[in-house]
Amino acid sequence: MDMKVSKKLGLKERYTMMTRDLAWDTTFQPMDKVFPQVGYEGIKIHDWDQWEDPFRLTMDAYWKYQAEKERKLYAILDAFNQNNGHLSVTDARYMNVLKLFLGSTPPLELMAARGFSMVARQMVGAGPRVACMMQSVDEYRHFQTQIHSISNYNRFYNGMDEFAHQQSRMWYLSDGKSFFDDAITAGPFEFMVAIGFAFEYVLTNILFVPFISGAAYNGDMAAMTVGFSAQSDEARHMTLGLECIKFMLEQDPDNLPIVQRWIDKWTWRGTRKLASVGMMMDYMLPKRIMSFKEAWEIYFEQNGSALFNDLARYGVKVPKCFAQTIEEKEHITHQSWIGFYMKPDACPFHTWIPAPDELDWLSEKYPNTFDKYYRPVLEHFDKQEKAGNRFNNKTQPMNCQVCVSTIKFNEPGDPMEMCFRETVYKGEKFHFCSDHCKEIFEDEPEKYVQTFISSHAALQGKCEPEGTDINAHDYRPGARMHAYWRMDKRATGDFNGSEDQKNFAEWRHQATKN
Amino acid sequence: MSMDLRTITIQPLRQTFGHLARRMGADKPASRYMEATMDLQPVENYHYRPTWDPSHDIFDPTRSRITMKDWYALKDPRQFFYGAWTLARGRMQETASADFDMAEELGLAAGYPSEGKKVVNEVLLPLRHVAWGSNINNSYIAAYSYGIAISQATAYACMDQLGIAQFITRLGISLDEIDALAEAKQAWLAAPVWQGLRHYVEDQMVMEDWFELFVAQNFALEGLLYPLIYDKLNDRLNAAHGPVLTMLTRFQREWFAENVKWVDAVLKAAAADNPANKALLGEWIAAARQRSVEVLTPVAELAFGADGAAVLDEVVQQLNARAAKAGIPV
Repeated sequence: MDMKVSKKLGLKERYTMMTRDLAWDTTFQPMDKVFPQVGYEGIKIHDWDQWEDPFRLTMDAYWKYQAEKERKLYAILDAFNQNNGHLSVTDARYMNVLKLFLGSTPPLELMAARGFSMVARQMVGAGPRVACMMQSVDEYRHFQTQIHSISNYNRFYNGMDEFAHQQSRMWYLSDGKSFFDDAITAGPFEFMVAIGFAFEYVLTNILFVPFISGAAYNGDMAAMTVGFSAQSDEARHMTLGLECIKFMLEQDPDNLPIVQRWIDKWTWRGTRKLASVGMMMDYMLPKRIMSFKEAWEIYFEQNGSALFNDLARYGVKVPKCFAQTIEEKEHITHQSWIGFYMKPDACPFHTWIPAPDELDWLSEKYPNTFDKYYRPVLEHFDKQEKAGNRFNNKTQPMNCQVCVSTIKFNEPGDPMEMCFRETVYKGEKFHFCSDHCKEIFEDEPEKYVQTFISSHAALQGKCEPEGTDINAHDYRPGARMHAYWRMDKRATGDFNGSEDQKNFAEWRHQATKN
Repeated sequence: MSMDLRTITIQPLRQTFGHLARRMGADKPASRYMEATMDLQPVENYHYRPTWDPSHDIFDPTRSRITMKDWYALKDPRQFFYGAWTLARGRMQETASADFDMAEELGLAAGYPSEGKKVVNEVLLPLRHVAWGSNINNSYIAAYSYGIAISQATAYACMDQLGIAQFITRLGISLDEIDALAEAKQAWLAAPVWQGLRHYVEDQMVMEDWFELFVAQNFALEGLLYPLIYDKLNDRLNAAHGPVLTMLTRFQREWFAENVKWVDAVLKAAAADNPANKALLGEWIAAARQRSVEVLTPVAELAFGADGAAVLDEVVQQLNARAAKAGIPV
């Protein structure tokens, strides 16, 4: 708090004067017309004044701290870029982490920015409104600093230049897009549980820590600085998410079953979204921080259990998917990487078979599963690749109607069997990757029948580059996907032999040898 | 003499992202504002319709009657992305806070003459609620407008208005008038002089077209209110009681001078896009100006007595000149 404390006002009292005392109950327009969205989800709020401000930051203090952080951050970015910092990363494979990150994360931070603006407009209480609007502009900060930190890499490496175009078109980004589209199209309270609580509180460490620590471990000072600079913002966001849950639960016992259903749903949706983050940790970082399994144990099993113990006094139970995620932690990253390896023409980043020492690292980190199920697959692919017979799956995938993941995860309890679920709604059959996704569908079928699945939409002629005549005689649906994606061929396929690999070696030589 | 410092030069493959190169018509370096803004909002392949508004997409240009060939033409001449905005505000708050500190240390604030305090209490302090209304209205625009150019600038304007409401609150606290803040809130809620303005602010809160709200709130109402209070009334109080009030309202004055550049640029770009926009903006401005004048008349009389109408008319002329400059006949 920067504002000088008056003799007459305590800190809390002063903050109240600076925020909720500004608000009033409207009388010329009815309150339910001014705030039309707070009722329809069924959450009952009796007294908005009971909201406990999770942090007390007046705007002068906010601007002061944030300006200091921005000044430092951009000074470091400029210095890093000027000194060809991209050549100091561990190995050129690391660039693919940035490609995955740029495609998947800034566009979602942008959705968070807009979503928190919406919630900030809709909440009746001035306390939560102020906290949400602050988070909204923080999220602007995050997607913008992320883009700025990767902008210089884009000048030198392939596969980053069309992230804005690809965010709504690229099949593998569809899971993240559906996650945020789902949250933002829900009501304000569900959005808070989805993003404020499940994403920013329960799962944030497993999203944030791997990318930022990965940057630090691999010599990427730009991304690392962005991450460290965002940390104090994230701490505020976490306290907001938790306060919102507690507030709902304290206001009315009828809120509990609604909140519990949202916690179950969004923890699962978040878990599915994190499979690609885990894959990045286990396969893509040249210098590894820890395995995904270890991260899951610390950040989800241990920290998550402590959190849900704390919430037990409100009657909240651990998310329904808890046990399944523990079983899956030994499988999903391998299944994801193998899935991407098999689609070399369809991703704007490179894949590769781990080096022998990296395979050994995986064996050590995944003693129960890696040698038994996944090493043989990778070694087989490697042999085929070297024999000039590189595996290339050119067919359209089957996608889950809820999380939009490619259906590729195993049946619970049976790693050799793929998990499929289906249901019939209004005479039409829908497919799912899991029981949890099926249940989410069945709770709100009218919402999830709308899911945009590009493997279906492409066959319907809905994924064509501008100017395509889908009524032409020789029209073949999906034949021009690369143009639709604006995919640079140099960015696809194997890392070995890629332009990135060649350029990085040459430039590093130029920078370090005489 | 310049020094010939050397760095290793590597030839880049490209200068900028594809969407920016296409927008600029050439592969050349883009500003950080452009990188942070242009073409970033999703425009297609939405998964679900909003449960709170099933008749629209998540981001939907038809939420306003204004149409644009390019929504990113509504750009901000200040080039505010988050970093630039927060650095600018960081500097402004530093000066403003230093002024508060000085006025408090020297006893200038608490010692402000009581006739001056009376005017501040009655006219200025209720305006913290008007700023809060602007905060709500700008958060509506930030939420439901189309394109990041306008959504980010209004998100920052929303925070700016919270800051202004807090600086007005701090003014009351500095003048040692905590009770006056409570009285000002009562006046805002019940005194006849404020009810017209409050009615208008509440009507704005239920406007559906976000662009119309932008015109009503950011152009018309603030375009009249800020010159009326922070120029005209400030001049009058300074002439009578010395320049302390100028120090304690510095943030608002600086903010308004800067903010109009953005507001006017947005209107100018929308009017330039097509004749229907221009006509619609003209209608909206005329209606909002009329209503604003109506509801500000009692406030002007409270502030300036018999001169109220004349002073208000002066600021109306300023507003008209801004509209004309933006190419909108009113």
